[in-house]
Amino acid sequence: MRGQGRKESLSDSRDLDGSYDQLTDSVEDEFELSTVCHRPEGLEQLQEQTKFTRKELQVLYRGFKNECPSGIVNEENFKQIYSQFFPQGDSSTYATFLFNAFDTNHDGSVSFEDFVAGLSVILRGTVDDRLNWAFNLYDLNKDGCITKEEMLDIMKSIYDMMGKYTYPALREEAPREHVENFFQKMDRNKDGVVTIEEFIESCQKDENIMRSMQLFDNVI
Amino acid sequence: MAAGLATWLPFARAAAVGWLPLAQQPLPPAPGVKTSRGDEVLVVNVSGRRFETWKNTLDRYPDTLLGSSEKEFFYDADSGEYFFDRDPDMFRHVLNFYRTGRLHCPRQECIQAFDEELAFYGLVPELVGDCCLEEYRDRKKENAERLAEDEEAEQAGDGPALPAGSSLRQRLWRAFENPHTSTAALVFYYVTGFFIAVSVIANVVETIPCRGAARRSSREQPCGERFPQAFFCMDTACVLIFTGEYLLRLFAAPSRCRFLRSVMSLIDVVAILPYYIGLLVPKNDDVSGAFVTLRVFRVFRIFKFSRHSQGLRILGYTLKSCASELGFLLFSLTMAIIIFATVMFYAEKGTNKTNFTSIPAAFWYTIVTMTTLGYGDMVPSTIAGKIFGSICSLSGVLVIALPVPVIVSNFSRIYHQNQRADKRRAQQKVRLARIRLAKSGTTNAFLQYKQNGGLEDSSSGEEQALCVRTRSAFEQQHHHLLHCLEKTTCHEFTDELTFSQALGAVSPGGRTSRSTSVSSQPMGHGSLLSSCCPRRAKRRAIRLANSTASVSRGSMQELDMLAGLRRSPAPQSRSSLNAKPHDSLDLNCDSRDFVAAIISIPTPPANTPDESQPSSPGGGSRAGSTLRNSSLGTPCLFPETVKISSL
Repeated sequence: MRGQGRKESLSDSRDLDGSYDQLTDSVEDEFELSTVCHRPEGLEQLQEQTKFTRKELQVLYRGFKNECPSGIVNEENFKQIYSQFFPQGDSSTYATFLFNAFDTNHDGSVSFEDFVAGLSVILRGTVDDRLNWAFNLYDLNKDGCITKEEMLDIMKSIYDMMGKYTYPALREEAPREHVENFFQKMDRNKDGVVTIEEFIESCQKDENIMRSMQLFDNVI
Repeated sequence: MAAGLATWLPFARAAAVGWLPLAQQPLPPAPGVKTSRGDEVLVVNVSGRRFETWKNTLDRYPDTLLGSSEKEFFYDADSGEYFFDRDPDMFRHVLNFYRTGRLHCPRQECIQAFDEELAFYGLVPELVGDCCLEEYRDRKKENAERLAEDEEAEQAGDGPALPAGSSLRQRLWRAFENPHTSTAALVFYYVTGFFIAVSVIANVVETIPCRGAARRSSREQPCGERFPQAFFCMDTACVLIFTGEYLLRLFAAPSRCRFLRSVMSLIDVVAILPYYIGLLVPKNDDVSGAFVTLRVFRVFRIFKFSRHSQGLRILGYTLKSCASELGFLLFSLTMAIIIFATVMFYAEKGTNKTNFTSIPAAFWYTIVTMTTLGYGDMVPSTIAGKIFGSICSLSGVLVIALPVPVIVSNFSRIYHQNQRADKRRAQQKVRLARIRLAKSGTTNAFLQYKQNGGLEDSSSGEEQALCVRTRSAFEQQHHHLLHCLEKTTCHEFTDELTFSQALGAVSPGGRTSRSTSVSSQPMGHGSLLSSCCPRRAKRRAIRLANSTASVSRGSMQELDMLAGLRRSPAPQSRSSLNAKPHDSLDLNCDSRDFVAAIISIPTPPANTPDESQPSSPGGGSRAGSTLRNSSLGTPCLFPETVKISSL
């Protein structure tokens, strides 16, 4: 019998094994938290919601569950995982932005559904879907438009991932210049912000971007 | 790479969508690797126990056996599974590593076995997870230490086998340090022990008052004064022995300065010095008072027993190692004594005719009370004094009881360590003997086989069949291999007996073996002569015949001797081979050098043909030293020489 939506099973170890001890109350609390377990919705539902096949979902979930037995990823874990791919630089800022983008319901944790939904959009979605997702990533305060400051933050975080040792050497004003370039290209009406329509329109006109979209062809 | 990375990689690649719109250049195309996400279940059969896992799980660590293509070597196409002939219990841990990313160390398994399994599956020991890492390291260190100790003990145990060229001094020192090595040392050891005991007992008995027969019982003399001559003689004898021993030790000591500073030598000196001082000092009443005090030092002779008793040494070592605890005990006791003595003194100050005349006088009371002795020669009389006195005795128990267990546990630990060392040394001998037996087993079999003429490939087939015992296929191939090696190096395997005889006994004369014919040779040598490098042997024979004519008489004798040695042990060893196991063979180039050096033949090195001698002496002086250098050449010459000359 499927419950609706999420099922959070809080195994109340206190009552079960009478291990409640006033002296070590704090320890028990910790145990309580860590036994919070999140189970995703059924496979069929996920199949409907995403564009992955059953087998792909199975493989994805097995890997996910192995890494996060509790079923969710919090921001710290997320940052740690992502930083392993970029050992040279500091990827924590960008990872935070990514986390916020994946965490669609903004509850501070990325569950398997969020994870798979995001992947589905990026890897199996149309070009527009992808651009939409990217816009969502850039729009830090989710107000529908990207300001220069937001873009600068994003740009800096990306350049941070490069680390210190680059060729040619990284200059201080490189992110800012890049942001100027970006706004020149994207901001049609020159009002200092980039809206979603401007963004998608400009990207579709850009050949490079369109060509690079085939990056995601065989990731999974 | 952690297990997680493989899982998260698609995610990281997907996250690159964030860079896409920002890229000012076209991004490179994705790699064409189509990772078949169709996951399949692999079956790994480890000694019959089947483990099934996803292929992806194993692919997480591509630089291990199971993660790389190396596992294809173990693939059994008939059954469709990967078969490993290893321990299934250990494999469980290995597989769990792939699954969870953490390598755990099994508690009940031998750490070495675990290490071997890790090495087989291509896992570095550093992968052991944090939870088990400390224990793993501890056990490994313990194991390594024990092995190192065993090796050390093995070397030390074989130490007494001093090289033959040790001087009298070295032998003497060794005899002193390990009395069990020779009977003389043992006798000396017991004699000194006996005299130490005699000396101590004499010192004690000296002071007993003994009553003379029919004497006024009022005047009692200690025995020492009744029989001064007897005691003096005994004392002299003891001191003479001790002095002799000390001087001998001083002579034999490898480092005299260090010996002089060592504790035992100081004790020795202190033990014998009073006697000599007594001799030198005139029998003067003024000085004899001081002299009498000196005699107290004679009691130090009892410490000489520590050379004879291990327990005493352990006790001394314990006290030394517990110095800090003892120091603490002493310090806290002193503090407590001072405090309580002060308090008692002031408490008892008012009383008349009190014993507590001063604070130092109160020290005695405090010490006696704190150690719960309670002689009762000083007792407080005021109430305050009694109260503080009781507090003093209660605290005394506590202060003394605290450091004592530490000292006791230290002693126990050191004592047990010593016990273990002794036990290990005893077991070591047995173990070594067993190992040597096993080692010699194979070579022994080969030698025996050779001696029985098994190497002969023709003639005397019947005898051969009788002599040769049946060998397994493995043995056959092994022997063939050894034989090939012999052929290659033109050396022969031999047993220790022959070898050591060739080394040691340099007794020329009496062996006119030059005239013996080939047929009278034991089959082994004769056959070797015929089969091994026949043409070369002939060539060398001719050259040698020419050269030996010019060789001096002495070397000729040596040649004979060597030939004789080569021949004579053979029949002896043949019979004895069956009787007793031989020790490991030593095919040493060095020993060959040594033997070759005996042959101070000048010319043969020039005649030795193509033998690979990197340092072949090319003309000039053929001193024995150069023979030593050309290790490969001349030794190769040697067996041929022997055989030929025995023709």
